[in-house]
Amino acid sequence: MAKITYIDCLGNQKTVDVKDGLSVMEGALQNDVPGIDADCGGSMACATCHVYVKDEWFNKTGKIIDAEQDMIDMAHQPKKNSRLSCQIIVSKDLEGLIVTTPEKQS
Amino acid sequence: MTNTDVIIIGAGPVGLFAVHQLGIKGLKAEVIDNLDRAGGQCIELYPDKPIYDIPGIPKCTGKELTDLLLEQIKPFKTKFHFNQRVEEIKEENNTWVLKTNKGKEFKSPNIIIAAGVGSFEPRKLPLKESEKFEGKSIFYSISDKSLFKDKKVSIFGGGDSALDWALELSKTSKVTLIHRRDQFRGAPHTFSEIQKLEKKGQLAIKTPYQLTSINGDKKLESIDIKNEKGETIKIETDYILSFFGLLMKLGPIVDWGLNIDNKTIPVNTENFQTNKKGIFAIGDICNYPGKLKLILSGFHESALVSVECFKRARPNEKYRFQFTTASKEIHERLGILKK
Repeated sequence: MAKITYIDCLGNQKTVDVKDGLSVMEGALQNDVPGIDADCGGSMACATCHVYVKDEWFNKTGKIIDAEQDMIDMAHQPKKNSRLSCQIIVSKDLEGLIVTTPEKQS
Repeated sequence: MTNTDVIIIGAGPVGLFAVHQLGIKGLKAEVIDNLDRAGGQCIELYPDKPIYDIPGIPKCTGKELTDLLLEQIKPFKTKFHFNQRVEEIKEENNTWVLKTNKGKEFKSPNIIIAAGVGSFEPRKLPLKESEKFEGKSIFYSISDKSLFKDKKVSIFGGGDSALDWALELSKTSKVTLIHRRDQFRGAPHTFSEIQKLEKKGQLAIKTPYQLTSINGDKKLESIDIKNEKGETIKIETDYILSFFGLLMKLGPIVDWGLNIDNKTIPVNTENFQTNKKGIFAIGDICNYPGKLKLILSGFHESALVSVECFKRARPNEKYRFQFTTASKEIHERLGILKK
């Protein structure tokens, strides 16, 4: 279990408990956190669960594989700290993780 | 106006199998899809990725599954209406009248929505100013390449579409290829051809840059692109081609008076009818307690929906459950037994 904080583009934030093994995307959907669409359901095929990861957390969220990077190319306004939240798997190491959702997902 | 027993919206695997389930019951279906071919997500998102959970097929790719389904429904000679989206649905004397954005009209007692996550549409540029130029100097696909002859063209994207068009148009246009990172996911061979052209000065590559503004009043004049260090370059351009892939959008479905819950359509699990009689939803787009977004669930849903469609299309006939192994009628419909 880890506390994950989601901040939208206007600065509104919501902190929820997410179980280990779930993705940051699933954590958002299960807790009605807005700003993450996840159209493809976590198969890395749509780039609508795009988030920006706070710099100090970025390296802790794991390696980005090429296929994810390819999808991020298609996301709305990708940045250096962009991730697909379906690919960040929650564990106790991510306790306190903060992600920001983009202005829109598509 | 086309009259038919059933209209299927969506030519993905579930829509295709619905054709089969209806076909063996003697019902004719017409299939409408916004893409230019059958297969839906299987063909658009993972044509080469293996699927491991199709019953009886240990492993097949999205493309292979699509081909097999098309083969399976061949006997029914189904008509597909591609490159169009259903815009309007209205009720007339207990049947449905449906209109596409290309102006085609259909009439049927049954509509099966097998639309997945919605219709595929090109992902648009993130800037608001792009709207006024879309279709005039900003394009997401190309239908007539002669438009770009001797013009300055800026191409965005890192995939095969961006690379292929950069290569092709560089023969007749002044092309700048812009991508947000140095790596391109398109075919390495195409990219190395493009690099050769760049060395010869026949094309420009700008990475890692992203679009920050589109300039021009009536006519597109230039764009600004910026890299991560904050350096901006202005590029004079007549046309922008943007290839950021496809996006799935529910589109006009939300305006048809159907209950919609979190981008899905609630149905009952007896016949997959929505809150409107004669409109059904199956596959990823439907929602019921315990719903799994699996292709195999969609196949099951196709079988059940076809029974209710039969009852509505043939109100005076009795529905008889039959096995494909034993039914002479089904064998005739499959073309195995000549009538």
